[in-house]
Amino acid sequence: MRPGRRPLATLLIRLGNNKEVTTAPRETYRDALSVALTVGAYGVAFGAAGIAAGFSVLQTCLFSLLTFTGASQFAAVGVMAAGGGVASAVAAATVLSTRNTLYGLQMAPLVKAKGLKRIAAAHVTIDESTGVALAQTPRGVAAMRAGFWLTGIGVFLFWNIFTLVGAVGAKALGNPAAWGLDAAVPAAFLGLLWPRLTSGFLRIVAVVSMAFALMITPWLPAGLPIIASVLVAFVCGWRER
Amino acid sequence: MSTLASWIVLGATSALCFAIKLLGYYIPERWLAHPRLQRINALIPIALLSALVVAEGLVAKTHVMIDHRLAGLVVAAGLLFARAPFPVVVVGAAVVSAVVFHLH
Repeated sequence: MRPGRRPLATLLIRLGNNKEVTTAPRETYRDALSVALTVGAYGVAFGAAGIAAGFSVLQTCLFSLLTFTGASQFAAVGVMAAGGGVASAVAAATVLSTRNTLYGLQMAPLVKAKGLKRIAAAHVTIDESTGVALAQTPRGVAAMRAGFWLTGIGVFLFWNIFTLVGAVGAKALGNPAAWGLDAAVPAAFLGLLWPRLTSGFLRIVAVVSMAFALMITPWLPAGLPIIASVLVAFVCGWRER
Repeated sequence: MSTLASWIVLGATSALCFAIKLLGYYIPERWLAHPRLQRINALIPIALLSALVVAEGLVAKTHVMIDHRLAGLVVAAGLLFARAPFPVVVVGAAVVSAVVFHLH
């Protein structure tokens, strides 16, 4: 689930000042729980990917606890699995997580958290918590705030449990290729990419990025073609369409 | 992969990704309001995830390699096209890829 690109902060501030703060409706709890469970279950795939990339069970679990932003976690272990360097792995994961800054911008006036609570809010600021919060807009600001926290904490809980399950499971299986785990990782990336391709233009950007990454692969050290694909985003996004 | 390298990746990725999340709670919204920045930022996940698909599915070290993983990717694409849920896509790709791997 992905929120709209349009900044909603102004609207949120206006809603936040409304004194008529209602309690969160049951639908908000249902939305949050169903998203937390389904998305959390993807943690199995990450657990397996971490092991397939050569990380230990402890390290794989720490990724889900500390990094806690799915696509970036996959990117970090994926670049290492592809034989890339430390800098490439960290850069790919970091660049991939920049959208979380935009989510934070939209959530800050809503959660209005200070101190430790703000740290916690930032940590659970991900696609899903932002998406569920924005989806609650018609139900009022209390529902949005509840949606943000319930989804953020819910995904955090299930994502970490299922990461452990996936990591321990993959460790028990042995050779990643024999169990298809080496194909499960690119399939997971394709699964993360697919729902974002909502227009013909975005599908073209995806195909161009794939072609570009393949073309430059023989000329660059492993991992760098992934980072270099950001150039495609710059070129395609430079001018208004 | 050396143990040290894997710990550095874990530590640096976690620290930077958290800093990027926290940034949104501190900077004024107008700093990121430029339409060009918004357009590019929206395309970055698509470009990176696309590159990761091919880097993980069609590349071995620094050369393009077609092997059992491609079978898994084709199945994944088919399942996504048929609107299958994410876990089905991942498991489907793994099973088909493993079968092709063992046939060789």
